[in-house]
Amino acid sequence: MSQLIYLDNAATTKVRPEVLQAMQPYFTEIYSNPSSVYSFAGKSTKAVEEVREYIASMLGVKSNEIYFTAGGSESDNWAVKGAAEALKSKGNHIITSTIEHHAVLHTCQYLEKNGYEVTYLDVDENGKVSLEALEAAIRPETILITIMAANNEIGTMEPVAEIGAIAKKHGVLFHTDAVQAFGHMPLPVQEMNLDMLSASAHKFNGPKGTGFLYIRNGIKLGAYMHGGAQERKRRAGTLNVPGIVGMGAAARLAAEEMEERRKKVISLREHLIERILKEIPYSRLNGHRTDRLANNANFSFRFIEGESLLILLDQQGICASSGSACTSGSLDPSHVLLAIGLPHEIAHGSLRLTLSEETTREQIDFTVDQLKDIVERLRNMSPLYEDFLKGAGANVQ
Amino acid sequence: MYSEKVMDHFNNPRNVGEIENASGVGTVGNAKCGDIMRIYLDVDEDTKVIKECKFKTFGCGAAVATSSMATELVKGKTIYEALQVTNKAVMEALDGLPPVKVHCSLLAEEAIHAALWDYAQKHHIVIEGLEKPKEDIHEDEEEEEYE
Repeated sequence: MSQLIYLDNAATTKVRPEVLQAMQPYFTEIYSNPSSVYSFAGKSTKAVEEVREYIASMLGVKSNEIYFTAGGSESDNWAVKGAAEALKSKGNHIITSTIEHHAVLHTCQYLEKNGYEVTYLDVDENGKVSLEALEAAIRPETILITIMAANNEIGTMEPVAEIGAIAKKHGVLFHTDAVQAFGHMPLPVQEMNLDMLSASAHKFNGPKGTGFLYIRNGIKLGAYMHGGAQERKRRAGTLNVPGIVGMGAAARLAAEEMEERRKKVISLREHLIERILKEIPYSRLNGHRTDRLANNANFSFRFIEGESLLILLDQQGICASSGSACTSGSLDPSHVLLAIGLPHEIAHGSLRLTLSEETTREQIDFTVDQLKDIVERLRNMSPLYEDFLKGAGANVQ
Repeated sequence: MYSEKVMDHFNNPRNVGEIENASGVGTVGNAKCGDIMRIYLDVDEDTKVIKECKFKTFGCGAAVATSSMATELVKGKTIYEALQVTNKAVMEALDGLPPVKVHCSLLAEEAIHAALWDYAQKHHIVIEGLEKPKEDIHEDEEEEEYE
């Protein structure tokens, strides 16, 4: 099979042709620096400001609350470090969860080395944060709650609106990493009581290297990048005009097609989940059964290891990802899979398949058919499976 | 990321399987770090030549390939010669491994040593230079809780 079956849309997505088309004039025709005085610059400024307004309208916020960045990691870094710095006279305590993206987790760990205290909330077996535990963790010196809108590995959606209500009640800032969620689900910022929100264009068919951070007016976050007066003097650097225009075009398509696409992708995902759980023994779905990103399915196949699985899928033209240690560059499997309570060997045998609007039923069926063979093949060479079949827990000399 | 030889041994692993009533069996690694290798030996009683060698491995592409190559390298050798098959020899025979995968070749060497140790124990012999293998397998097993 020479066809490429791309089932790693949580890693990145394809730039839609309409998006590329929208970007192109901003490389060679309208290449002006928006900060310049002449009217030629005004064309770039206009394009950028239209995107700002459109994204603000999607979130139900003001356009001057949207700050363009170079992507999700930058937005997360800015939100967390910026809030910590801005509120250090008020307190030094931050609350987050154990399943955040490393852009948030490693930033929190960095802050811990610099005098801040961080509470990492555990999640349940589905990956959900407990609201009771969250509220109990709030102290007088708590300055920030940062909990993701939806998890990048297992797809579980967090109760953002409920967390927002708790944060508001206690007067604590609330940031959400919505990198996997923005463009894929509605995010009514006011209803959710969000103070900050991070997003990244390449997760919703926009270009890589472009994102934004929503910062509620009134929050005095310091400058992330020092230099010119761009982004209300808070994020210096010449604006990435083509990237921002591309993000705007992608956001528009995402918003306009959201419901239709969600329905289509969920129906395919359900077909995928049903077939795998039914046809592959000793498999399980990780993450919440229904309260999950439309395009995300994450499985564990007992007795086998994820990297071997990925190589064999790749040979059939199927792109996927795994939470196994071998794919993370360390000896530990994914922190998310361990946080939901999976034993190490089951976490090593995980597979994440993330669909797009272009995924077809034929591709899903082909993938499941291949997976059945691959899992069986790997199990046949697995000493864990051999022990399991013999009914012995530890058949060691 | 992997050499052609590694991919060949991963895609067409040599000597996968079990040996019933094997003369020696060794299992090394643990599920926590994601690699478990088991090697079976069938040794000729008189000549001490390894007539047959099989393996089973839970692990990444490199773990499978190093197991496969290790079985190829010890087959036909005496148990004393087999002790000289080092992780370096396995790596060289595979045209190298990425740095993060070197531990897989060490595991393959340990698996052979564990199987040889098992053989020596069962047959009450001493293989000079062979040390008792570490027993760290299954230390974090929580299989029972799995639904």
